[in-house]
Amino acid sequence: MAKPLIGTPAVAPWTPDQPIISIVDVRKAFGAFEVLKGVSLDVRKGEAICIIGPSGSGKSTLIRCINALVDVNSGSILVENQEVNDPRLDKLKLRRKVGMVFQQYNLFPHKTALQNVMMAPINVLKQDKKEVEERARALLAKVRLTGKENSYPGELSGGQQQRVAIARSLAMRPDIMLFDEVTAALDPETVKEVLVTIRELAEEGMTCLLVTHEMKFARDVADHIYFTDKGVIVEHAPPEEFFANPKDERTRTFLGQIL
Amino acid sequence: MSENSEAPFRPMAVLLEPRPRPIGLPDVGLPKLTMTHCYWLAVAALLVAGVAHAQAPAAPAQEALSAAPATPLSVIIKWLPFLLKGFVFNIVISLMAMALGTVSGVLLGLGQISQNALIRRTSWFVTQFFRNSPWLVLLFFAMFMIPFEFHVFGLRIPLPDWFKAIIGFALPVMANVAELLRGAIRSLPSGQWEAAESLAFSRTKTIWGIILPQCVKRMLPPWMNLYSLITMATVLASIVGVGEMLTLTAQVHAAEGGRPELFAPLYGFAMVCFFLYCYPISKLTQRLERRFNVKT
Amino acid sequence: MEAVAEWGRALYETTGINLTILYDAFDQKRFISGLGMTIYLSVVSLFFSLVIGVIGAWAQGSDFKLVRWLINGFIVIFRNTPPLVQIFFFYFGLSNLLPYIEDADGMRAPLFTNVQWAIISLSLFAGAFNIEIFRSGIEAVPNSTKEAASALGYTRLGTYLYIVLPLAIRVCLPALNNNLVNLLKTTSLAYAIAVPELLYASKQIWTDAQNVPTMMVVLLFTYVALVGVLVWAMNAWERSMAIPGYGAGRAR
Repeated sequence: MAKPLIGTPAVAPWTPDQPIISIVDVRKAFGAFEVLKGVSLDVRKGEAICIIGPSGSGKSTLIRCINALVDVNSGSILVENQEVNDPRLDKLKLRRKVGMVFQQYNLFPHKTALQNVMMAPINVLKQDKKEVEERARALLAKVRLTGKENSYPGELSGGQQQRVAIARSLAMRPDIMLFDEVTAALDPETVKEVLVTIRELAEEGMTCLLVTHEMKFARDVADHIYFTDKGVIVEHAPPEEFFANPKDERTRTFLGQIL
Repeated sequence: MSENSEAPFRPMAVLLEPRPRPIGLPDVGLPKLTMTHCYWLAVAALLVAGVAHAQAPAAPAQEALSAAPATPLSVIIKWLPFLLKGFVFNIVISLMAMALGTVSGVLLGLGQISQNALIRRTSWFVTQFFRNSPWLVLLFFAMFMIPFEFHVFGLRIPLPDWFKAIIGFALPVMANVAELLRGAIRSLPSGQWEAAESLAFSRTKTIWGIILPQCVKRMLPPWMNLYSLITMATVLASIVGVGEMLTLTAQVHAAEGGRPELFAPLYGFAMVCFFLYCYPISKLTQRLERRFNVKT
Repeated sequence: MEAVAEWGRALYETTGINLTILYDAFDQKRFISGLGMTIYLSVVSLFFSLVIGVIGAWAQGSDFKLVRWLINGFIVIFRNTPPLVQIFFFYFGLSNLLPYIEDADGMRAPLFTNVQWAIISLSLFAGAFNIEIFRSGIEAVPNSTKEAASALGYTRLGTYLYIVLPLAIRVCLPALNNNLVNLLKTTSLAYAIAVPELLYASKQIWTDAQNVPTMMVVLLFTYVALVGVLVWAMNAWERSMAIPGYGAGRAR
């Protein structure tokens, strides 16, 4: 690696055979309520990981720890071998490597779709406007929104907004993408178009972490599935095994309810 | 385009409604200043003042020696009853103006939803005209344009200045109440009208029995806010020669020899009086606003 | 110009409506300079009140309790005391406590003139309201939108400049319009400290020409017209800032 991306010294230079994300025994409490009670997981480059589990099991908090939107109380989070749980961390540099898409899309309502995609590379990365615009148009085409460049978020459907949000995040050229229940707020008809976009991304080799309730999608896309409940990872396995042969009682109960 | 029309309106996803926040004295680490505290402070200030006043004659020698003029504090205490009487007059003016303005404002507001186009347009024009004029100018308007006496059936009914001032303050209240009422009526779902119609209510019955009662709740906080504003505006009466608190303050100042250093404490005292009266009202208004916001 | 004066005279002769401001050069000058003073007071106070509003709203988010406490105290006091008493307090009270300066003729002159005091008190009065308005605008931007900006690598300042402020201004505009209209109306209080603004000039004219009812109507219509222009300008601004798909822009 040319230079440290995160601003803290790497344990050792990251090589692609190591996990790109390595979480070890992470704990997080909001006040007296412990959301994460010692969570560990590894993600390898190019993998798609799905995290499933009942509401309030700490899924969203877990992926927010990875780009330091949430500070953890203890444990270690290595992203490309650099420690995120370190006060010296340059959060902004980290976030340029780790893209995130939210449940509520969170587009900037006063900017058009194209401007939403272009804003961060221009303002944050100080990249050339023309080059960014070219890339932004290509990204909007990729998420099948050609023709919607000049629409404002308020004029787009939920599914369209969510795809703009994905393009916006991709415009930063992240190494890792985090998806936080991105289809939960969508109408059933528009869920599919967003899932197709994410599947394409995963197939192209983008490292993806998804928190999702779409079990069929998880089974199709994920390389590995983690099941969380009450702040701990109950079990994890490749999807075929996970769905065919859940080991833990809690997993079986959950799958029984949801499937 | 069809996809666009499908996009539902989701204000929450992007912009939250601006919420009125208690701007009261901040709830930071310092002991929180609530209304009660303010009153304790005021009472304490008066007590200290009283003690200071009581002790003042205890040192007559000193006073004689330096021939020191009365301190600002002792001046205020000396004239306290006089000044407070003036303040009470301000309150009386504000209450009467508010009553007069509210009654006429409701009528004007109803005029704006009248089925008669002429009444509707006239009411609209009157509302806009009085709403957009400065209050002081309206006060001048009332003072100069209303005759000082009326003759009805050979009876001479004098109109004293203070009564004309009340009319002058009632004019903007009327226009603002009319506008509040129009807004409140418009914010009611049209289903209310339809439901009443389908129950064979007459228009008058619908308005007085169904629409207006529902408007009261929506109008209450801004109406109280308006009252607070009109109370603070009553001091304008001093400009047109009605003897309210500010007039009396100027008189006290002159009576004490017109010393320039007395200006700040005397006007400061007037500010304290109005603050102690208006601040609780605005706190209460905010509380009501928040309570109603939660419900709707 | 002459034709207008001619018409004004004819109007007086035929109907008794005495519009001295149409044909009397002196009255006309007084009225126009009064109008100018009202506009001047409004524009300058408007500018300073906005500055106070922006700085105050920013300082309200300060980490220092004392700063927050002072700002809140300022708002509470200026919103709950009569603006006229505030003007008197400044012009008569504070002015006497401040040092005097020597003017060009070597005379002792107060630090600020009555016009300047009017601007100071009007700006503080309207500013106290603006702080609240800006704060509520900033608070109306949801945390999730700010979080999205952080996730894209925006710094706190960047988030504020590119995301929060543009949205907050749009939320504030209706309330801000209201307050600025109020400020324009409140400038008439400067009359009380002998600032020769519109009301003051009009009163001089009707005292001299004994045409109270006529001048009164002219005065009221002038104010209504001024407010009308301001409202129109602010509404045009509001429309140009509307976001398609939200709020006012939703109707598009």
